[in-house]
Amino acid sequence: MAELGRAALVLTFGLVVYALAAGAYAAAARRRRLARSAQNALLAAFISTAVAAGVLWAAFARRDFSFVYVANHSALKLPLAYRLSAFWGGQEGSLLLWLLILTGFSAAAVLLDRRATRELLAWVTPVLGGVACFFAFMLVFVASPFGTQVAPADGAGLNPSLQNPYMLAHPPMLYLGYVGLTIPWAFGMGALLSGRTDERWIVATRRWTLAAWMFLGIGQLLGSHWAYVEVGWGGYYAWDPVENAALMPWLAATAFLHSVMIQEKRGMLRVWNMLLVILAFGLSLFGTFLTRSGVINSIHSFTQSSIGPWFLGFIGVVVAFSLTLVFWRLPLLRSKTKLESLVSREATFLYNNLLLVALTLTILWGVTFPILSEAVRGTAITVSKPYYNFFLRSFGLPLLLLMGIGPLVPWRRASLRSLERTFLWPLGIAVAAGVVVIAFGGGSSKIGLITYTFAAFVAASIGLEFVRGTRARHALTGGSWVVAFGGLVARNRRRYGGYVVHAAIVLLAVGIAGSSLYQTVREQKLQRGQSMTVAGYTLAYRSFQTKQGPNSTESRALLAVSRGKHSLGTLDPGKNFYPVEQQTSNEVAIRPNWATGEDLYVIADQIDADGSVYFKVLVKPAVNLIWLAGFVFVLGSVIALWPDAREERRLAERYGTAGAAVRA
Amino acid sequence: MTLALALAALLAVGLVLFVARPFLREPGAADDALETPGEDELRRLALAEERDRALQALRELEFDHRTGKVSDEDYRALVGPLRRSAAEALRAVDAGREEPTGGEHAPDGP
Repeated sequence: MAELGRAALVLTFGLVVYALAAGAYAAAARRRRLARSAQNALLAAFISTAVAAGVLWAAFARRDFSFVYVANHSALKLPLAYRLSAFWGGQEGSLLLWLLILTGFSAAAVLLDRRATRELLAWVTPVLGGVACFFAFMLVFVASPFGTQVAPADGAGLNPSLQNPYMLAHPPMLYLGYVGLTIPWAFGMGALLSGRTDERWIVATRRWTLAAWMFLGIGQLLGSHWAYVEVGWGGYYAWDPVENAALMPWLAATAFLHSVMIQEKRGMLRVWNMLLVILAFGLSLFGTFLTRSGVINSIHSFTQSSIGPWFLGFIGVVVAFSLTLVFWRLPLLRSKTKLESLVSREATFLYNNLLLVALTLTILWGVTFPILSEAVRGTAITVSKPYYNFFLRSFGLPLLLLMGIGPLVPWRRASLRSLERTFLWPLGIAVAAGVVVIAFGGGSSKIGLITYTFAAFVAASIGLEFVRGTRARHALTGGSWVVAFGGLVARNRRRYGGYVVHAAIVLLAVGIAGSSLYQTVREQKLQRGQSMTVAGYTLAYRSFQTKQGPNSTESRALLAVSRGKHSLGTLDPGKNFYPVEQQTSNEVAIRPNWATGEDLYVIADQIDADGSVYFKVLVKPAVNLIWLAGFVFVLGSVIALWPDAREERRLAERYGTAGAAVRA
Repeated sequence: MTLALALAALLAVGLVLFVARPFLREPGAADDALETPGEDELRRLALAEERDRALQALRELEFDHRTGKVSDEDYRALVGPLRRSAAEALRAVDAGREEPTGGEHAPDGP
């Protein structure tokens, strides 16, 4: 069936070339049927790509090692779930996943926006077709997943680190985010090409951007949790280039999500928004390039390959094309209004944007510097953790503070008197929180103290927003407080969904500060019967056992854990040996304390032949708030994404598309 | 091999027919022009965006005042100009509606 997969991809390539060429001609020459035909080509490309993906998935399910890609990334004993996720375990499959999601999103954009943004879509179609052309070209001519061979007896297996439930969801989530950012970029370029630089493209892509940003955020949190439970070094983020590659477009998209609100409300920042959407999409391509080109040594760059130059060339074309269009349409992008005051809601959004972009660019510099230094001087100079931590503190802490200031400041301008009144409670709560942190010994880390104080300020500011808003709504409509609260959120979903997301960032900040600045680490070699004490926990090494798993040999050290006189059960850190892959993985043991959010984290770093084990034990306060933040983040995003019928009616009236779905 | 190629051929024919559908359904369409908004339509849209922005600003001010973020003094100073600009925007949209539009409209295709 490899021929069917190959043929389907060739078909996809033909269809997207047609969508690009016919779509561009139709938009320029204003040909209705041809434009419609080009849109149909995008829909058809999704079907043919889905067939190609289905063929590859079926080959993995059937253990068909006559497919070179299947043989290289799976084995007879690999469980079905991991055989299916091995689809994106290598470069060719990842590219196919990119194309599958891209054509799927393009088809959805065509179907959902066909009536509401008809004239804009005429130009969006060839832009989307152009991006799909690149990926289809790579899959047909450079990195096909459908190469065949005489089937070997067994496959090479899958990297053990990827044999984890998180790997079933982490890469697809990231790709949904990376690829999702294509849609707002394509609509932005469509707006520039058509000269329709009004807010239509922003309205059409609002939820696309939000969804892509949400997926990218979820993907990163899943990746962090995977690193925490699977990689076994005791952390969740190592400023690895590929981790940074996902963080950068997310930060750029965060800036974009905030700045488009200024354009919608005040008609400002039109050029800036175009530049941000280009930056976000460019960085999503760069992220894929970093992951798949093998240009940077990282545990994520599982393959060394020759697709790098193609990717770099494509990123160059995308950036040059986008900036040329912005330059060409500059006269249409000029704003009529100006910032009225440096102390206003829109000003805080602007500061937030500057800090987010500054953080993005410093991370980008940290990621690219080793590549550039190697290219220029022949030696890669690595940019390490202190560089990133310095800039995270320099830009991240003011960003955290701004999240608290923003909601307290009104639009347009604020007087000192009103600021005094609105800031009083949050400031008081922040100071009280700081005192409590110092009283509990948190003053040992100044950064930790500042983070906790700022976090308390933001939490108070968000809480007050909900309280004051509910009170105002209750005074206006009467009824119960619950109904007033529900009405408040339902009528302002983006605003209050955004506040819930801000609450997630507060949890994230507290979790990161607690687990990194206040953690306790102890390493000790124990013989059976010996014990060690770490931050109040006592760990007694009881026994060692080995058993056979489905595709690995599992060695485990059994530790009895207690705190004071209370027994807390047992932990069994160890290692798995995968004979097919000839690799060993660390299998950490974690005991969470759900009341405090703290984790007791144990690594069996080295297991000696005599049964003695070199343990590394970490006590990480508040680390579970990071994962809790993930759930709150999703909740806030879903609230903001939820359709608002009144807003849709208003937009339908504005754009004269009554009866058509205008997605707010 | 033969089955795979037969399936591929079937897929290709089906998708090509789907792509050609707009031409097959309307082989001799009298009007094949893509809808192009005229100057009037674009102006109406700009005015509608301006109106929505002005009304939204007014709503935000009212809400910020009710929640205590804007003092009574600030509210009195800001509400007048915002009301005027909202009224102007509404008048401009109404005036725009009364004028004939110059846009070229084509029926929605298949």
